[in-house]
Amino acid sequence: MALRLPSKVLKHILSFIDSNEDRNSVSLVCKSWFETERKTRKRVFVGNCYAVTPAAVARRFPEMRSLTLKGKPHFADYNLVPDGWGGYACPWIEAMAAKSPSLEEIRLKRMVVTDECLERIAASFKDFKVLVLTSCEGFSTDGIAAIASTCRNLRVLELRECIVEDLGGDWLSYFPETSTSLVSLDFSCLDSEVKISDLERLVSRSPNLKSLKLNPAVTLDGLVSILRRAPQLTELGTGSFAAELKPEAFTKLSKAFSNCKQLQSLSGLWDVLPEYLPALYSVCPGLTSLNLSYATVRMPDLVELLRRCSKLQKLWVMDLIEDKGLEAVASYCKELRELRVFPSEPDLDATNIPVTEQGLVYVSKGCRKLESVLYFCVQFTNAALITIARKRPNLKCFRLCVIEPFAPDYKTNEPLDKGFKAIAEGCKDLRRLSVSGLLSDKAFKYIGKHAKKVRMLSIAFAGDSDLMLHHLLSGCQSLKKLEIRDCPFGDTALLENAAKLETMRSLWMSSCFVSFGACKLLSQKMPRLNVEVIDEHPPKTRPESSPVERIYIYRTVAGPRMDTPEFVWTLHKNPEIGVSKLAIK
Amino acid sequence: MEKVGDYDELVNLKATELRLGLPGTEETVSCGKSNKRALPDDDTEKEIESTGKTETASPPKAQIVGWPPVRSYRRNSIQTKKNESEGQGNYVKVSMDGAPYLRKIDLTVYKKYPELMKSLENMFKFSVGEYFEREGYKGSDFVPTYEDKDGDWMLVGDVPWEMFVSSCKRLRIMKGSEVKGLGCGV
Repeated sequence: MALRLPSKVLKHILSFIDSNEDRNSVSLVCKSWFETERKTRKRVFVGNCYAVTPAAVARRFPEMRSLTLKGKPHFADYNLVPDGWGGYACPWIEAMAAKSPSLEEIRLKRMVVTDECLERIAASFKDFKVLVLTSCEGFSTDGIAAIASTCRNLRVLELRECIVEDLGGDWLSYFPETSTSLVSLDFSCLDSEVKISDLERLVSRSPNLKSLKLNPAVTLDGLVSILRRAPQLTELGTGSFAAELKPEAFTKLSKAFSNCKQLQSLSGLWDVLPEYLPALYSVCPGLTSLNLSYATVRMPDLVELLRRCSKLQKLWVMDLIEDKGLEAVASYCKELRELRVFPSEPDLDATNIPVTEQGLVYVSKGCRKLESVLYFCVQFTNAALITIARKRPNLKCFRLCVIEPFAPDYKTNEPLDKGFKAIAEGCKDLRRLSVSGLLSDKAFKYIGKHAKKVRMLSIAFAGDSDLMLHHLLSGCQSLKKLEIRDCPFGDTALLENAAKLETMRSLWMSSCFVSFGACKLLSQKMPRLNVEVIDEHPPKTRPESSPVERIYIYRTVAGPRMDTPEFVWTLHKNPEIGVSKLAIK
Repeated sequence: MEKVGDYDELVNLKATELRLGLPGTEETVSCGKSNKRALPDDDTEKEIESTGKTETASPPKAQIVGWPPVRSYRRNSIQTKKNESEGQGNYVKVSMDGAPYLRKIDLTVYKKYPELMKSLENMFKFSVGEYFEREGYKGSDFVPTYEDKDGDWMLVGDVPWEMFVSSCKRLRIMKGSEVKGLGCGV
């Protein structure tokens, strides 16, 4: 007879297991393990808010203390998802308020959050501690004020790149007058001015404050006064750095920074005048993370700063750094793990993008710990990709955006197939991959075959035919999220590989050749997938063969969505009588 | 050629249970090699124009929606900075009560109020009533208002156009009862 592990013992073992992937595996072993696991899981992650109902989540995890939810598809970041598509936080908050009142942490990404929702959070969770909203929208500063005033034990309040209706800076004055338990505050995405005196007082009465990210409306003077009151900060997002250069201002700033001996992360720096950069020199040797992606500073000034950052692990910068600047990074920042180079002119028209493939090659050669890359440039070569793959087999995330659609290897005029083949084959731990440039079906055959651990794949303007999609869906063993735009294929590969879609979180395809008929058929055959056809201007009649603008497919145990807007077609809203004449062409 | 071989593989795959489609339907593998997508005629503002294969030395390329893939948040920041430094454009945020999203518009693109109104109506899918000098807007639940340099909320249309463009900090399309508090022509 098999020995059973007493549930107390299992519970104790599980208390050491945080990773949800591991816990998911544990819960599949047998019923009793499932039960023990679910009763002990504290941190719940739901990657697609429509994959499961809030009630089911609350029921399964009675000890939930932290909930993370994601709403809109990733391409919503680039305006490819029309407004009003969905991703509402309210039903989740309502359900949790009723069933999980001990919830302490809520993290939402790409969701629509209203003031009412925020007020509900404030009112329902007595020991609420953490609110992080990333790329969310739909609320105003009034909602933030409600959180600030009611959540007495609030530790973390972060608004990351949200679209907030800014009704003024009063919200800051709503924090309790007595000392707060704030550890992290991020209001960098808000527009309006907050009263510096309010901010000063808040900082003074928040002894645990470690991370503070100001909005651009906070001036240099304001920054100095804040730093004086919070020299213990480990993360700082400055306000606007634009100010007439005055020697006393510079000295004050310098001194304020030099007192921040624990600063590890620096961001903000909007409009930074190069003359002020030396004020930062004292903190550079301790920095592990530096976000210069809003600093319109030229290469020589950037290099002067970066050569002092020997411990830097994460660098976000604009292409103003040029290849030469990246060469310097390669020689000074030996601890670099993550590099992101953003375009200073994100247009197709951009004439002078000062970084080329060479810049990334320098960093790949010089920074042995480099594992995550996001790089925008105009053109690339296979040779560069091959070198990068050879030098950095430890890459986990490789996102290359060649801005020119269909740009071939500019030296040989070939597609970039060989280059991406090298990446897929060489970087065996690659988890996330974005490809661009001219790519034929071959490239995707290589990726399908070799990219065994890739979970998220993004493709634009690529491929020749349905084979491309077929290679990806029949290969790529670990694929969870696939997003594709402007590629010339559709029905056949999609329908052939329908079962694969149940093993993935989601598939997004826009401006491809998927026909309406195929969407209907897929919906009918795969009840555990939600198939959404999103046409911003739905035609009055849809012939079977007409291509749809966008299709979003995701697995779900929640059944069809009930909150779709008019422009989202689902089978549930439009039950068909039998399968009509369908030709898969 | 590689493709033919693959086609054979594909045909065999079709024998699996996941062959979806009516029996006897024709099977083809490739579905058009054109990289150009024929777009339906569309009168939306954010128009997509794929330029297909690269054309060298051409006039300014039509913009492609969401490309290069830079988050709108970042794009807006850069755009604003560029405009401010080049002295071009006057971008203001526009919000509408009840709408879960904000937009930004460039006031310098318009020459007079009716143009601005039309654009707002299109953007947020509503209609504004008629403007009367003394009584404000009539005939609709929605009223366009703006915050001026002094922090006061005014009715759009109360001041001459040039004065409006130079003093408007942001726009808010208010709904219903809230509007009554606003004076006209203050």
